[in-house]
Amino acid sequence: MVLQGLVFYVFAFITVAAGCMVVAARNPVHSVLFLILAFFTSAGLFVLIGAEFLAMILVIVYVGAVAVLFLFVVMMLDINFVELREGFLQYLPIGALIGLILLIELLLVLGGMRLTPELTRQTAAPIAALAAESNTHALGQVLYTRYIYLFQAAGMLLLVAMIGAIVLTLRSREGVRRQAIARQVGRRREEAVELKQVQPGQGV
Amino acid sequence: MDGLLREYLPILMFLGVAIAIAAAMLVASLVAARQRPDPEKLSAYECGFEAFGDARRQFDVRFYLVAILFIIFDLEVAFLFPWAITLADTGAYGFWSMMVFLAVLTLGFVYEWKMGALEWE
Repeated sequence: MVLQGLVFYVFAFITVAAGCMVVAARNPVHSVLFLILAFFTSAGLFVLIGAEFLAMILVIVYVGAVAVLFLFVVMMLDINFVELREGFLQYLPIGALIGLILLIELLLVLGGMRLTPELTRQTAAPIAALAAESNTHALGQVLYTRYIYLFQAAGMLLLVAMIGAIVLTLRSREGVRRQAIARQVGRRREEAVELKQVQPGQGV
Repeated sequence: MDGLLREYLPILMFLGVAIAIAAAMLVASLVAARQRPDPEKLSAYECGFEAFGDARRQFDVRFYLVAILFIIFDLEVAFLFPWAITLADTGAYGFWSMMVFLAVLTLGFVYEWKMGALEWE
């Protein structure tokens, strides 16, 4: 029990510190690297509360894919970040407002749990005890049958994202030589090589 | 809950050992090695000549397209894991629910293939 508390505080401290560094780091690439550290430690926190599947998904999807996407965006935008920092004070009020709203929402969630304990029992009802079955198993039992509409909506969302990305970024370019494997393989000897009888002392 | 942590304890210990070794190497080289700082040592090395420009150059947007398509199929595969281990419980309903999901994404895949988004030039 002591160990669990210790691990929690270490992971939580690293997560919060990495989150602060994401905002404070001077180099945007360093910000993304700190974001990856925050993802890793929050995966550790997920493991600690028994949500193994979420932890692994966090590592695979967020660290493996989303962070790479962030790196691409940071590279691709090519913004002068020194200039961007000068507008920091200008955006401070709206940023503080959004932070305040998030804080109030968090307090409402935690306060609601404290005020009406039966609320948590109701929302936690479909999830079986961790001792009985694993987290992944519990998810699979409700996701594909009870929450089928949400599941299919997720599929539609992925489809829309795919089509949107293609429509927005794909453009055909002129004058580019592509590799046509079928043509390469289908090439015959007669088309490619011509044999000529060359007499001694004469050119071709 | 405590059992779960015990299962993951080897990984945690491994993490601790890795961090300790990395820190020991850095500290040991800081303490034991001779320090002779030189600006040339920190400058970028580009096959012997001076660096042409900043390392942060604009990318082609195609890399972004490949990354975003990768995320989408990554998520699709992530959905398959809980489905695969609970198929015995969810039965035909769960099976066909996943088949519809896969069909929708395969539609997107066909579109992507036909548009030539996977081709590199």
